[in-house]
Amino acid sequence: MTYLAKPKFHHPNLPKNSLGYTHRDYEGSVSTLCAGCGHDSITASIIQACFELAIEPHRVAKISGIGCSSKTPTYFLGNSHGFNSVHGRMPSVLTGANLANRDLIYLGVSGDGDSASIGLGQFAHCLRRAVNMVYIVENNGVYGLTKGQFSATADRGSKSKRGVTNTDNSIDLVAMALQLGASFVARSFSGDKQQLVPVIKAAIAHRGAAFIDVISPCIAFNNHAGSTKSFDFVREHNEAVNRLDFMASRMPIEVKYEPGTVEVVEQHDGSRLALRKLAADYDVHDRTAALGFLQHHAAKGQVVTGLLYVDREPEDLHAHLHTVETPLNVLSEKELCPGQAALEAINASLR
Amino acid sequence: MKNTDIAAPEYFHKVVDCQWACPAHTPVPEYIRLIAAGRYSDAYMINWRSNVFPGVLGRTCDRPCEPACRRVRVEKEPVAICRLKRVAADYKDDVRERMPKPAARKNGKRVALIGAGPASLTVARDLAPLGYQCVVFDGDSKPGGMIRTQIPKFRLPESVIDEECNYILDLGVEFRGGHRIDSLKALLAEGWDAVFVGSGAPRGRDLDIPGRQEAAANIHIGIDWLSSVSFGHTTKIGKRVLVLGGGNTAMDCCRSARRLGGEDVKVVVRSGFDEMKASPWEKEDAQHEGIPIFNYMVPKECLLENGRLVGMRFEIVQAEYDARGRRKLVPTGEPDLDFPCDDVLVAVGQENAFPWIERDIGIEFNDWGLPVVDEKTMASTHRQVFFGGDAAFGPKNIIWAVAHGHEAAVSIDKLCNGEDIKDRPQPAVALMSQKMGIHEWSYKNEVMPDHRYKVPLRDKLVALKDIKAEVELGFDERLALQEAGRCLNCDVQTVFTTSLCIECDACVDICPMDCISFTQNGEEADLRTRLHAPSPNLSQALYVQDGLKTGRAMVKDEDVCLHCGLCAERCPTGAWDMQKFFLEMTHAGNSCRPPRRSAA
Repeated sequence: MTYLAKPKFHHPNLPKNSLGYTHRDYEGSVSTLCAGCGHDSITASIIQACFELAIEPHRVAKISGIGCSSKTPTYFLGNSHGFNSVHGRMPSVLTGANLANRDLIYLGVSGDGDSASIGLGQFAHCLRRAVNMVYIVENNGVYGLTKGQFSATADRGSKSKRGVTNTDNSIDLVAMALQLGASFVARSFSGDKQQLVPVIKAAIAHRGAAFIDVISPCIAFNNHAGSTKSFDFVREHNEAVNRLDFMASRMPIEVKYEPGTVEVVEQHDGSRLALRKLAADYDVHDRTAALGFLQHHAAKGQVVTGLLYVDREPEDLHAHLHTVETPLNVLSEKELCPGQAALEAINASLR
Repeated sequence: MKNTDIAAPEYFHKVVDCQWACPAHTPVPEYIRLIAAGRYSDAYMINWRSNVFPGVLGRTCDRPCEPACRRVRVEKEPVAICRLKRVAADYKDDVRERMPKPAARKNGKRVALIGAGPASLTVARDLAPLGYQCVVFDGDSKPGGMIRTQIPKFRLPESVIDEECNYILDLGVEFRGGHRIDSLKALLAEGWDAVFVGSGAPRGRDLDIPGRQEAAANIHIGIDWLSSVSFGHTTKIGKRVLVLGGGNTAMDCCRSARRLGGEDVKVVVRSGFDEMKASPWEKEDAQHEGIPIFNYMVPKECLLENGRLVGMRFEIVQAEYDARGRRKLVPTGEPDLDFPCDDVLVAVGQENAFPWIERDIGIEFNDWGLPVVDEKTMASTHRQVFFGGDAAFGPKNIIWAVAHGHEAAVSIDKLCNGEDIKDRPQPAVALMSQKMGIHEWSYKNEVMPDHRYKVPLRDKLVALKDIKAEVELGFDERLALQEAGRCLNCDVQTVFTTSLCIECDACVDICPMDCISFTQNGEEADLRTRLHAPSPNLSQALYVQDGLKTGRAMVKDEDVCLHCGLCAERCPTGAWDMQKFFLEMTHAGNSCRPPRRSAA
């Protein structure tokens, strides 16, 4: 961390997005996390993604639980809505907010403790229900705030900073998200912004439950030899299935690709994902094959990253519940209390 | 690109833009920090070692450092470096004890210095403590040269000139005032070991227009008139005064005229207002005193009535540029304009004049009448004769004269020691970490936008009544502290150690100016297009360290780095460190000589 405020100066030639903002306008207050924390790179990636998408800050709600990761919403999008909720309870708060106002972009920020331990149930049900959101887990494999005990995502056989071997099996949140029906599932690495930023952009554009597991080394407690969440380990064992280029709606595809190497996925909002395949025969639309691929490589000690699954026709909770297009929080008394005649019609239909 | 060699003194020196721009390479940020710490005497001595006349320069310097100041690239105005220098001079204690002592033993070498201006005095200061017998000749009775004769006292009080000249004379330098050298040949015949010519550019250019000769009684050459005012020979001028010319001398003339009875003083220049040679702040000062500046007007003739000057006629012109971008002033065709006046001051340029240098003694002159002088060694084509200041390359300014003086002193010292004067000494360099502890740095690194503070001025009515009343009052200690706080400490360098870096991106994420990128190495032109932020300023270097674990290189654009140290603050492994780069030029003396084999 630092006690210094980040100077208000910015580079005189910083690019601006269509709203006239620079990426600096998407920052929050200065991070109080440890120097070098992977979470700060995820923060920077979220800032970059929102800047590039020219998102109006007031259209974003960032919701988090408890933990190092859940502190980070303070450090980005300082002009957006935010809710720092109870430990592990981000998903239910986010679900409620989303039901009340479907017009906002929901950014759920959580960690491996918050989502894989105390909030595992919430994690599961939120994805099952297909809430339209971006659910980011900043996954470092340890409880950083309590000084580095193994978390539930720490791999079996990996070592703690003091040399203790983890004997518990690990929870793979990506595999769970696939099983639970998330319509956009990705894994990335805080040390690779070129991969992470387009993934976040694609997830924000995705209308459905988008889950991103971001491996984020804990510099203080989990960046040593024997850790499987260290910079060195992830860089050595990274098995990226694809590289993603995100193109906002209706923009012509400017980049030229070698024929046959790229798959273009059109999303509902008109944006397109150009996937440059790195692993031959990996089908990004095959949920069960993805699961197999994941487990096969995990057994070999490899960390599979990239966009792992995307549903061509995602649906979200509002579609399932047949709610009105208008956000509930702006419905007036007239719509909410349609009067005696309407009540009688409903009653009659139930007789 | 190749890995940046930070061991080469030039690399970090260029990052300290002000020091690099200063002809004498004064360690600016170092003395500004000392001022902020209230250590005025220490700040003064750093200045004194490097630029010899801190009190004079703190009021009159041409400030090449200020346009170079990094603050200009991130905010509007530079740090008031020059006026902070004055603060060091104003608030220092008695520093006589800290000055070098006269040489205990003379080395038997004799050096003659012609002209007692800043160039000669610098040579004398560098050489006298080494044991040289230095004799300074000047036609005037007091030392200082143009510092004393041409700069009005309301900008530079006499006491400051006396003090700083005396520091030099007290080193055992002999001053022969009122002794003009009329023949260099004769002087050389006296058997001096070396002769330094620092005689300035003493001849003011004149006008050649109809009526000039007839009106001679009321037309004065600017620098001669200023000198006459300075020595108290001239104490009055007419009520209506025209000043011709757009340089700093013109500004000194018009402001002096305003104080000697000139009520309606106008400056008239040939060029456009923006192209005037005067420093912007000097133009401002003149305008502040109610002196209008008329531009694009060429003097055509002097108007006389009964043999007496009554006005001047000007042709109105405009600037046109040819294909090569050269400016030509062409008449607009508008009717000429007459300005009535009682006196005219001509400040349209200065020239060198060497009637006292015989052309057959081995000193070559070029087509412009200037001696042929080596820019590094200040040597003329005569082995023992050196030039410096305005005498060397035409009119420049005091700080250049000082820089020339230092170099000439090195040359003379080498000559007298039988060394090759072309073999120039390297500057002395130190690089030291500024980390004091966790989150603790030895310099103020909280960088915030902050506008330049104004120097308080004496009330205009009072100032205009007395030609010796200094107009600028100087920063008080509180303002000085605030202005010093604007310095970005560019000498505290970001130093990167590749082997320690784990490529966590913490520095990239925190850098407020997006200076740092981790990317594939490449040629500079290509690399500049791939950085985190645009990199259009090619005059500022890229700091490249290749060979990271992922095969990438760290590339830092030095252009707008604030030296806030956040990269080092956020680096978990200490791969970034903030290290103070201190560079001092090597002056004449033992340290400028190549190491010699010892007797053992």
